[in-house]
Amino acid sequence: MKALVWHATNDVRIERVPDPTILNPRDAIVKVTTTAICGSDLHLLDGYIPTMQAGDILGHEFMGEVVEVGKENTNLRVGDRVVVPFTIACGRCFFCQRQMWSLCDNSNPNAWMAEKVYGYTTSGLFGYSHLTGGYAGGQAQYARVPFADVGPLKVPDSLADEQVLFLSDIFPTGYMAAENCEIQPGDTIAIWGGGPVGQMAIRSAFLLGAERVVAIDDVAERLRLAEEGGAETLNFDDGDIFERLRAMTGGRGPDACIDAVGLEAHGATLDAYVDRAKAAAFLATDRPNALRQAIHACRKGGIVSIPGVYGGFLDKIPFGAAFQKGLTFKMGQTHMMKYMRPLLTRIERGEIDPSFVITHRLPLDAAPEAYKMFRDHKDACIKVVLKPHGETIH
Amino acid sequence: MNSTVNVAGVERWASAIGGAALAAYGVKQLKDRSPAGAALAAAGGALIYRGATGHCHVYGAAGINTAADRDDTRAALSGSRGVNVEEVVTINADADALFAFWRRFDLLPSFMTHLISVTEIDERHSHWVAKAPAGRTVQWHAEIINEVPGELIGWRTLDGADVVSAGSVRFMPAIGGRGTEVRVRLQYNPPAGKVGAALAWLLGHDPAATIREDLRRFKQLMEAGETPTTAGQPRGRQSILNYD
Ligand SMILES: NC(=O)c1ccc[n+]([C@@H]2O[C@H](COP(=O)([O-])OP(=O)(O)OC[C@H]3O[C@@H](n4cnc5c(N)ncnc54)[C@H](O)[C@@H]3O)[C@@H](O)[C@H]2O)c1
Ligand SMILES: [Zn+2]
Ligand SMILES: [Zn+2]
Repeated sequence: MKALVWHATNDVRIERVPDPTILNPRDAIVKVTTTAICGSDLHLLDGYIPTMQAGDILGHEFMGEVVEVGKENTNLRVGDRVVVPFTIACGRCFFCQRQMWSLCDNSNPNAWMAEKVYGYTTSGLFGYSHLTGGYAGGQAQYARVPFADVGPLKVPDSLADEQVLFLSDIFPTGYMAAENCEIQPGDTIAIWGGGPVGQMAIRSAFLLGAERVVAIDDVAERLRLAEEGGAETLNFDDGDIFERLRAMTGGRGPDACIDAVGLEAHGATLDAYVDRAKAAAFLATDRPNALRQAIHACRKGGIVSIPGVYGGFLDKIPFGAAFQKGLTFKMGQTHMMKYMRPLLTRIERGEIDPSFVITHRLPLDAAPEAYKMFRDHKDACIKVVLKPHGETIH
Repeated sequence: MNSTVNVAGVERWASAIGGAALAAYGVKQLKDRSPAGAALAAAGGALIYRGATGHCHVYGAAGINTAADRDDTRAALSGSRGVNVEEVVTINADADALFAFWRRFDLLPSFMTHLISVTEIDERHSHWVAKAPAGRTVQWHAEIINEVPGELIGWRTLDGADVVSAGSVRFMPAIGGRGTEVRVRLQYNPPAGKVGAALAWLLGHDPAATIREDLRRFKQLMEAGETPTTAGQPRGRQSILNYD
């Protein structure tokens, strides 16, 4: 089959590789009909996530048709049309049973590695470094799905691939980010990052009852899409974010702040330049300047919700401000299986159509160029979906 | 082995005079006998004391000692020369089910990857085959020396002068309905004899890590019914040459 393979920082290629096979009794093999590139993949492209190996197959947002089922998997049948969540979870451990799916005890074959870095292991993830298992991803024609009796969600034929694909990651991720804000009537939510995750967070915040949403980015088309979703927008190139948020909220500050940027934040502030220089010299691992702003801008007693990915050590986090203002922090990889079914229902009811975020539809072969276009915000790119088998009926 | 020396008296005495004093005492006792032992004494008082008093340190790991040392590693794993390992994992299942699986010794190789087979000879005796360096195998007989259904299994190897290893596994309900804490203690004397050498090789430089991975696989099997793997999945070329 064909697959997108990581070789080194800035070097991803389409290659022919062997087809996946069932390796464990609860596995399934999915023929991938549609897959996407995520902002998280950009952290891999840019070399920010350690423990990648040349030859790793990327991709964690995918869906398709079940073509083979392991002997212990009683939930799926050949022919089922499913969306696959990016987190891999056993469904039976302490964490799975408490809906903390991305913290599953039993799905990371390299648990010892994660324990060394984080103390305890988190769940396995598709196509996301060996720290989270080294699982081959779904930017490929076929993918092996472990614990496939737990993760994949069957979707009705009445909905097109593009309407349900983002149940694999960014819709639940944006939704959990908004849910973590514990939105009350009258709340104003500020969201750093107008990428696909930020866009989903904007819509989700309104679904959950936010009064106002303020989106922050510096990419014109992303700000425009945020406005279409009902958000007010701030371009961070146009002046101090804190002062403008303060002014917009009558001096109170946003009730909750979402960092949908993550570890590669860029910006015009002095600390951002320092971060970039340090990260380039490997003195720091992550560039947290959106997070710093979110903490600084958040109102007293507010919530900072962090869907943006961080992996290592963060420098100069204004912890004093967080402490003195009594902030609450909520973060983590999305607990996918908690959200997929209820959000499918919202899509079926027509409350939202997540395909609004798609700007590019391309064959899998175009993925290497698409990665760079997406990263560099070329051609007004916001979200790329890939077709590993060409166009299909759905 | 004198089991009255083994626990109660020493335990009471140890807690009475305190750890630091005990360590000093251990050093004093050991100095003439072994400089290495003296160095170890600095690391753990009671542990060394028992080694010095001639307490049979290997048997301690088998959980022979009674309630008093239940949670005291030093008491159970005393000894100046042996390698002592204690590891614990919490499993989301009840103790009886976990005990029942572990007690089927023939199933142990399903999560202890260094084992090839375990054959039960009778209620208390079993024959073990494990991997050894250079593709060879090493074998030994073991006997159960302590068994409390649903709670504890203690064993030691049986092979004349090669008797060098003992261990125990305990199953204790975790607080708040959080499943069962499974605690393994293992002790062996490298490189005394063939079995000791093989065990040292098998468990590597970090025996605790080896035991931890065994316990992790046990947990994965008991909770998820399988151990996660990527062995055999597709991957791209690892050369720097482009494919076409
Ligand atoms: N928690 C999860 O489970 C999860 C799931 C998916 C993605 N993510 C993470 O969410 C983040 C966003 O993902 P995405 O797909 O939207 O990526 P993206 O790269 O498309 O979007 C990031 C956006 O942030 C903007 N930005 C950069 N610096 C900024 C700053 N200082 N202030 C405001 N905006 C800034 C960029 O211009 C860009 O539009 C990434 O870190 C990704 O890894 C997390
Ligand atoms: Zn993603
Ligand atoms: Zn689990």
